[in-house]
Amino acid sequence: MNLIANNLKYKPDHEFHLNDVSFNFKKGNLYTILGRTLSGKTTLLKTIAGLLNPDSGDIQFEEKDFGKIPVWERNVAMVYQQFINYPHLTVYENISFPLKQRKLNEEKIKTDVNEALKTVGLIGFENRKIQELSGGQQQRVALARSLAKKAKILLLDEPLVNLDYKLREQLREEFKKIFSEGFSDETILIYSTTDPQEVMELNGEVIVLDEGKVLQTGPAKEIFENPKNLKVAEISNDPPMNIINGAKNSNKINFENIDIDLPKHFTKLENKNYSFGIRAAEIKLNSNGIEFEVELAEISGSETLLHLKRGNTKIIALIEEVMNFKIHEKVRVGFNPTKFYAFNEDGSLISSPYGVYNG
Amino acid sequence: MYKFYTILKYSFVTLWTMFVVAPFLWALSTSFKDFQSVNSKVTYIPWVDYQPSLEGWKVLIKSPAKGGVDIVEPYFNSIFVTCTASLISICLGTLAAYALSRFTFKAGFVKNNDITFFFISQRIMPPIVLSIPFFIFLSTIGLLDSLIGLVVVYIVLLMPIAVWIMVDFFNRVPKELDETALIDGCNPYQAFYKVVLPNSIPGLIVAGMFCIIFGWIDFFFAFILTFTEVQLLPVKVVALNSSVTPWWSLSASALVSVAPLIIVAFVVERFLSKGNLSGALK
Repeated sequence: MNLIANNLKYKPDHEFHLNDVSFNFKKGNLYTILGRTLSGKTTLLKTIAGLLNPDSGDIQFEEKDFGKIPVWERNVAMVYQQFINYPHLTVYENISFPLKQRKLNEEKIKTDVNEALKTVGLIGFENRKIQELSGGQQQRVALARSLAKKAKILLLDEPLVNLDYKLREQLREEFKKIFSEGFSDETILIYSTTDPQEVMELNGEVIVLDEGKVLQTGPAKEIFENPKNLKVAEISNDPPMNIINGAKNSNKINFENIDIDLPKHFTKLENKNYSFGIRAAEIKLNSNGIEFEVELAEISGSETLLHLKRGNTKIIALIEEVMNFKIHEKVRVGFNPTKFYAFNEDGSLISSPYGVYNG
Repeated sequence: MYKFYTILKYSFVTLWTMFVVAPFLWALSTSFKDFQSVNSKVTYIPWVDYQPSLEGWKVLIKSPAKGGVDIVEPYFNSIFVTCTASLISICLGTLAAYALSRFTFKAGFVKNNDITFFFISQRIMPPIVLSIPFFIFLSTIGLLDSLIGLVVVYIVLLMPIAVWIMVDFFNRVPKELDETALIDGCNPYQAFYKVVLPNSIPGLIVAGMFCIIFGWIDFFFAFILTFTEVQLLPVKVVALNSSVTPWWSLSASALVSVAPLIIVAFVVERFLSKGNLSGALK
């Protein structure tokens, strides 16, 4: 009774949009697809919806070959990143449209639409025209339309990306509530995003996608703690994880003429060159630390992103307060040695602070 | 400085308006004159310069046997040919435009844009190039000098306009709207007429108006493809200009023939200014 895909491939021109994608999605679960722009997220969702036909591979749902069922009979719902609604219809008519297509009776349509309106908080907007609504409200209507359908597969394609910061936070909270309360065990929820923070907050099963390939699957916590390789580490962190080329000695790790005490979890590693990874938040200003040169300081909200440089090594530090820096100013920072990752030359994870050891 | 430009702007607009409107005013004034006031001396203002008469207007509806010019029949001919051809052009053109906008066609090196250009290219040629083929074509199938024959030719002339406007319009309607309709349980035909078409009304009206304008004002094909049986309005108006021209009824019939276009122009202008749907979809 699952949604199963086997070896999906889709290559419309010279690049793979989907490259050998397989998965097994269970009902009642939330799956988040994490990937950068153009990584194939939308293609994957459209393939599940039936809007695109893969070049090879198949999708099965409830023991039926999905490839033989046309879009309009698949019982899926989809919310796009653009706010797509029917502009010629009112809010109520928009939400009831798929139900009317299904020829449900008036009473049933009315209760279902009202329920969906309540869930997204748009009671009282029934007779408004779509153009009269703000972007956030338009996206709520789109969400309500897909909720009212009670589809067995609900696809959300970066639904928050076109909203402003504040609204995104607010709607994300509501999504979490809707996803945890309002869903039956019959629904498979698939949510795609570029934002690692969204993935962590929604806390579902994560599929990390890059250039059409699945890089890693697992619970959000697992992806965060043990990214399988450098690419995943980069995609699943915002700002991306700092990658520093260095070497491990018997009791130190060394890069750019800096020696750092050997992290405990590195003791079993061979003595050779590695790519060390450390998150921006684990680099702190420290007057006894190592000297770096400021390249750029971005202030965002209540945080400062500090782009630092030493020799050939560029890192980003996340300072949790608003501070002003001059460009080319020298600052001293300290690394939290317990939070270092080590990646092999081929990019695969060797050692993480959370206990994976492949060496 | 700002004031100077305002004055300049308005004086230019005023001059241009006078240039455009003057012939109409002259025609209007002439239509109320009789033989005497047209031929004696230059006159402009009724009751002051000359005594207005309704003779020029009255003869328009009189039959030729009673000395009238009878533009009623050509008028209805023109309405029939223009409306029928426009309607068919819009129906076919809209379907063609939707296909060209949404589906990918490939026949060797010919792709969607080439097909769209093929439609428009019909309007690039000067009409005279098409006149002989059309003449031979209509005479072969026996539709020369008939309303149906004219409708056929006008469809060829008007459909490129409909295709051109509607392709551009559909390209601005996001593809995701059709996809959402499909996901919401419409088959492709339902998606077209339940979702895409209702959102294309501004485009349909603009395309329809352009078809009507271009169909209505055509003189060339109406002139060479008809002889005695059927006459369209533009040909009839010009035909009044014979050895002794009745300038008063010529003016009146000219005014009557442009009247529908004035109405159409106002409607088009309103829809052109608010016909942009993309804003509604964000």
